[in-house]
Amino acid sequence: MSKYETVVGLEVHVELHTKSKIFCGCSTSFGAPPNTHTCPVCLGHPGVLPVLNRQAVEYAMKAAMAINCEIAEWCKFDRKNYFYPDSPKAYQISQFDQPIGENGWIDIEVNGKTKRIGITRLHLEEDAGKLTHIDGGFGSLVDLNRVGTPLVEIVSEPDISSPEEAKAYLEKLRAIMQYCDVSDVKMEEGSLRCDANISIRPFGQEKLGTRAELKNMNSFRGVQRGLEYEELRQADVLDGGGTVVQETRRWDENQGKTISMRSKEEAHDYRYFPDPDLVRLHIDAEWKSRVKASIPELPDARQARYIQQFGLSSYDAGVLTASMKLSDFFEESLKHTSDAKASANWIMGELLGYLNANNLELEEVKITGQGLGEMIQLIEKGTISSKIAKTVFKGLVETGKSPQQIVEEQGLVQISDEGAILSIVDAIIAANPQSVEDFRNGKEKAIGFLVGQIMKETKGKANPGMVNKMLIERLNA
Amino acid sequence: MSITIKDVEHVANLARLELSEVEKEQFAGQLNAILKYAEKLNQLDTDGITPTSHVLPLANVMREDIVKPSWPIEKVLLNAPEEEDGQFKVPAVLE
Repeated sequence: MSKYETVVGLEVHVELHTKSKIFCGCSTSFGAPPNTHTCPVCLGHPGVLPVLNRQAVEYAMKAAMAINCEIAEWCKFDRKNYFYPDSPKAYQISQFDQPIGENGWIDIEVNGKTKRIGITRLHLEEDAGKLTHIDGGFGSLVDLNRVGTPLVEIVSEPDISSPEEAKAYLEKLRAIMQYCDVSDVKMEEGSLRCDANISIRPFGQEKLGTRAELKNMNSFRGVQRGLEYEELRQADVLDGGGTVVQETRRWDENQGKTISMRSKEEAHDYRYFPDPDLVRLHIDAEWKSRVKASIPELPDARQARYIQQFGLSSYDAGVLTASMKLSDFFEESLKHTSDAKASANWIMGELLGYLNANNLELEEVKITGQGLGEMIQLIEKGTISSKIAKTVFKGLVETGKSPQQIVEEQGLVQISDEGAILSIVDAIIAANPQSVEDFRNGKEKAIGFLVGQIMKETKGKANPGMVNKMLIERLNA
Repeated sequence: MSITIKDVEHVANLARLELSEVEKEQFAGQLNAILKYAEKLNQLDTDGITPTSHVLPLANVMREDIVKPSWPIEKVLLNAPEEEDGQFKVPAVLE
């Protein structure tokens, strides 16, 4: 890929988690039996009137502000016309030339470098229904529960230059939406969806190459892999003297490649026009400032605060703030210990390691921020050693008991009694004359073996600082 | 502005309508007559008039985010030409 430069723009759909639909009172909850959350409005019956859900507008405003968009003072809704069974009205209510938000940006970090990605627009629209193809592809079943779920579509500028940046952008966008509490942002459940426009051009060429639109990338990894495949495919076409065709391509996760959807050209003539059923939306300064005030501290601000307040590295602070749940967990732990670095290390090492190894989410394990904080406090007080803490940590994750309880039940209290340690030190020295000899002859490493023996004898419970100190004193005596 | 046969074919295709040659001629004529009539609006002087997207002088007609009962499934499917497992059954349409 050295010859070509990749240019990517993403279109991201985020389902807003209102209780009711955008234009009617039907429930938006996920997983109901097919078509049981429908009414004449979302079924597209003639003569019905849509009425805008105020909460959907506020969530859209909040989302737009959080990604630094200017908020329109006036905007309107338009009909986007197309025939497909997922939309019984044969049009989608969307926003064409007057979106709620425009000219925003978010910062992403890739390979330690910060890059600003422009956001063209954020607009509010309704979701479509779900089709299940049956009879070997000859028929489709239509479930219209999802019709009318409020969505925001967020369109980026073509500022993204690699699949890795695309993934970072998507993850940052998800984090911001999660912090704002406007959506569940779960790619697996479809509350966050992503399409991509991708083209390549020889380095130095100003004119953009012909782009392909990629669909059906259902995971963060899918987005990255789909784009990686596509940039190689387009480079092959150009290297072979061919030209890239402008088309929509579907990412096939199983085959690991993109496949042309051969959609009809005319299908994209949407003939937008203002929806006469909906009056205009006026967003005045008072409304704007009220919504603005409801935006919490966002990931970038939290990251900066962690660096400043706790002395964490930019990378560590970035990992902790990438998910609001993880970040909240970290902050909860700090109510019970003042050692932020220790907490960050436990979270990034042991906790994330455990979650990754077992393919679990934070909410699926029993440990709480409080439990971790209290455990760190036990280490600080010398009740347990950091080695033993790993055993306690496992107990926290798997049982949800308090660290005190785990320590008591499993007899993990650290041995910090001077006399007790001294007698073990003496016993080990007596039992290992060769190592003692080695140490006295200048083989410093021999001390490690002796410490190991003491830890083995005490099942790791001896206070390591005291063991080291007393052992050296005895050996040098 | 004048509507050609090609325009009629394009619009018919978008509306999934199949028209005979005679109909295409007929609709081209009718559509042209309609446009000619609407063209009268161009005689008005609209300088200094703010464009609007709606005839009603209203804004911000909204409802609160409250869930209301949906329709019973029997009623939902009443107009379905075919149904299966509580869903509308339609011929496959490839996008």
